[in-house]
Amino acid sequence: MAQNPTAGLGAGAIAEARPPGGLARNPITRWLRANLFNTWLNSAVTLIVLYFAIKGLWSFMDWAFLSAHFEVDDTRVCREAKEGACWALITEKHRFILFGTYPYEEQWRALIVIFLFIALYVVSAMRRFWNRRLALIWAVGLFAIGVLMWGGVLGLRYVENERWGGLPLTLMLATFGIALAFPLGIALALGRRSNMPAIQALCVVYIELIRGVPLISLLFMASVMFPLFLPEGMTIDKLLRAQVAIIMFAAAYLAEVIRGGLQAIPKGQFEAADSLGLSYIHKTGKIILPQALKLVIPPLVNSFIGLFKDTSLVLIIGLFDLLNSAKASIIEPKWVGFGVEAYVFVSIIYFAFCFAMSKYSQELEATLARGHKR
Amino acid sequence: MATKVQGEHRRPPPAAFNLSLNNPTVRAILYQIIVLGGVAFVVWYLVSNTIQNLETRKIASGFTFLYREAGFAIGEGLVEFSPADTYLDAFWVGLLNTLRVAVIGIIFATVFGTILGVARLSRNWLVARAASLYVEFIRNIPLLLQLFFWWSVFRDIFPGPRQALSPVAGVYFSNRGVNFAVPVSDPVHWYMAGAFVIAVFASILIHRWATRRQQMTGEQFPSILTGLGLLFGLPLAVFLIGGAPTTFDWPELRGFNFVGGSTVTPEFTALLIGLIMYTAGFIAEIVRAGILAVSHGQTEAALALGLTRGRVLRLVILPQALRVIIPPMISQYLNLTKNSSLAVAIGYPDIVSIANTAINQTGQAIEGIAIIMIVYLTFSLSISAFMNWYNRHIALVER
Amino acid sequence: MSTAATVRPASSDQPMIEMRKVNKWYGEFHVLRDINFTVRQGQKVVVCGPSGSGKSTMIRCINRLEEHQAGEIIVEGIELTNDIKNVEMIRREVGMVFQQFNLFPHLTVLENLTLAPIWVRKVPKKEAEETATYFLQRVHIPEQAHKYPGQLSGGQQQRVAIARSLCMKPKIMLFDEPTSALDPEMIKEVLDVMVELANEGMTMVCVTHEMGFARTVADTMVFMDKGEIVETAPPKDFFANPRTDRAKLFLSQILGH
Repeated sequence: MAQNPTAGLGAGAIAEARPPGGLARNPITRWLRANLFNTWLNSAVTLIVLYFAIKGLWSFMDWAFLSAHFEVDDTRVCREAKEGACWALITEKHRFILFGTYPYEEQWRALIVIFLFIALYVVSAMRRFWNRRLALIWAVGLFAIGVLMWGGVLGLRYVENERWGGLPLTLMLATFGIALAFPLGIALALGRRSNMPAIQALCVVYIELIRGVPLISLLFMASVMFPLFLPEGMTIDKLLRAQVAIIMFAAAYLAEVIRGGLQAIPKGQFEAADSLGLSYIHKTGKIILPQALKLVIPPLVNSFIGLFKDTSLVLIIGLFDLLNSAKASIIEPKWVGFGVEAYVFVSIIYFAFCFAMSKYSQELEATLARGHKR
Repeated sequence: MATKVQGEHRRPPPAAFNLSLNNPTVRAILYQIIVLGGVAFVVWYLVSNTIQNLETRKIASGFTFLYREAGFAIGEGLVEFSPADTYLDAFWVGLLNTLRVAVIGIIFATVFGTILGVARLSRNWLVARAASLYVEFIRNIPLLLQLFFWWSVFRDIFPGPRQALSPVAGVYFSNRGVNFAVPVSDPVHWYMAGAFVIAVFASILIHRWATRRQQMTGEQFPSILTGLGLLFGLPLAVFLIGGAPTTFDWPELRGFNFVGGSTVTPEFTALLIGLIMYTAGFIAEIVRAGILAVSHGQTEAALALGLTRGRVLRLVILPQALRVIIPPMISQYLNLTKNSSLAVAIGYPDIVSIANTAINQTGQAIEGIAIIMIVYLTFSLSISAFMNWYNRHIALVER
Repeated sequence: MSTAATVRPASSDQPMIEMRKVNKWYGEFHVLRDINFTVRQGQKVVVCGPSGSGKSTMIRCINRLEEHQAGEIIVEGIELTNDIKNVEMIRREVGMVFQQFNLFPHLTVLENLTLAPIWVRKVPKKEAEETATYFLQRVHIPEQAHKYPGQLSGGQQQRVAIARSLCMKPKIMLFDEPTSALDPEMIKEVLDVMVELANEGMTMVCVTHEMGFARTVADTMVFMDKGEIVETAPPKDFFANPRTDRAKLFLSQILGH
């Protein structure tokens, strides 16, 4: 160690003040020592993890790229090669997986719809749009999405919703699900906190009932029981029924999230509003809810991620969402047995959406927490 | 001026009641009547439609179908079932299958999730990164998709029984599921179980005695080490004394499939792996948050008192962290149980899957769905009753 | 600040608040025992007493943040019953300032001030903003109108809270320990505003431990203990020779150091 001749301090004090691993000059070596090789045990663990990580990564690279087939005339090539992935499935079927049975020559419309949804999410994520304009943007956006999917106007061919599928369907189920469940969730949360016993009991029963059963049972209900509920001669199509089930499901979960926010509002806020003579409606709408909802934005985003993943369950009642179209893409005898490729492909799509949203929610939570301490 | 008339009314008098729309009580009653009336009307409307529809479609109602012959076979179950048995038996098999995958799943998910959660806080950068990569990845992909993936791995990637993969002797992975050797039943095993139970009681007694002695005299006794020694040592001793019966029932390839040993189906394995890996991702976050919730000051304060690191963990950090961890952990267990209903998509015969088959065969959708809901509501309500009890218990301790 | 130093109007005989034999229980606990208490127009009443004596509960009964269970409370000639219309009318006329300020953190200072006038008094927005600006000047913080409460100091927040109540043009102001949550150096700026308000003839009921303020401003001291009004006297008499032992003890504790 070089002695430090300039300072009047004793060299010992300086040496004392060094962080562990400070013996190395090179910052990289220092970092490695501090984080990976600080004890014998840790060094051993590091080496073992490193070994498996490299081995796993290598076999994945080999499977996914080096030995993979991206285009084949006959899938037998893939079957005989065995080692690699057969991405030829995706090359051939990606439009089917993404858009389901939407008419081939109209799929550009479905593609625009996907981008419209992404645009809506991005705009909603930006805090400077958190005002009345946002509602307008959503109204226009959802209207445009409806026009593009259905068509029948502006010279667009009409596409009945039995043919909708793939990613647009997944996005629609999730987005409409959360958007329409939101007001219902607010009403349920307020009802659960009301001091009217009958209304409170009603809300508690609804929330606990829905949260106590799996989504599948609600979807079954939508698919086989809803038709029985309607008067004779009246039918609603399966997509709408599934959407209703998803809304009912999401509302119960949102209600609990919102209730958490309501509980976090200090009593003084209610008292101040009362002492100013505000009515229940004004007190709730202008003082309590704005604060409560802002508090729960991060868990609301998480609920949306959950719902986004949960829409995949509609395949059980036979709707062609993204996951079901991936499953259907390997039905053809030629492609039987390439499930892993299909599922890895759609996993990437689901992951991209969910990961982006969860990162956003984490960052927002940190920002809001900082804002509160201000 | 202050009057000193006391005892005039020691108790609050009953509130005066005026029948006016401006009386909040009257308003509340009115609102409730309106809402309940509305709900009752909607329910009545739906029920009357349903009754009419059932009549026109000639669908029977009621639960008598449960005593009829089911007429379908069930792939696997903990109890014997044949197509000649009743629907009720079929539901029973389904319920047991749900419980089987849920219980095993919960145990493994807890262990794996806890390891992951601790690993995320590891001071080893590589370990922490690897664990957090896993958690981020697994949580952001739909569970159903993961189940299909594992199922595909079994069906499409694993070879047939003839070329079964065998990572450890006696364990075979093939597209028929997992086959593994099990010890041949021997009376010594029962003695071992008995020895284990005795060891559990002995450890509790020793721990109590050690605590009391420590409180009285201040002398300490390594009761945890002794307990662990007893728990493992006693059954081991019985095993050795009993002549160490190590006969295994090995799976053997006969023709196209394995014979002997124990088999779990690809459906069960895929469901179990999927549930464990998915839920572990969530449990890891709970464990991590629980440990982080115990403030650094607590550790410092305990260390400043001169407690050893092990004692700090056991006496200060764990009790506080567990308080944060247990409630969300229980709700994850409930989620795992509810998620096991996805079994229907890959053909594992759980309660939902059986109900689905029954609905398709009998057309009695309402009853079938009611059974599913009642089963899951029973799980949820009993667990939330437990949670309420637990929270009250905790609240008492806090005050 | 040019406070039009209006001559303090002689307390007219018209009672603004009248409490007759008011009783309140929390479950089994008797918080208010036979409270008899009158406040006339322009009167400044300071309520003091040990903690838990029911002072806060008493003034919170005046605008029905707490319900009394026996006796009568008449504010501005309107009796407080469980009639929503009466409660609404009284809350419009009675302003309240809280210990914890209770500003609405998601609204700017100006929005805090204009919210109630716009939605309760149905004043046009422009007019409400003019009133708000006027009262912000009165509490000496006109420059903070567009900030959020979280950006202000405690003393500034409490002055905004006072202005918020004043924007409703109340006839009575209630203060529930307005300086107890403040750092010592901020207490004076809030008390100054309250003194100015008192000098303009506002009817005030104030729960506080600030005995200096009580001496300069109050015309009546009310001493409470264990849910009862033990002593009512002009401040001069109350501080010089309290009549009851309980008041003596309290004063010796609070002024002792």
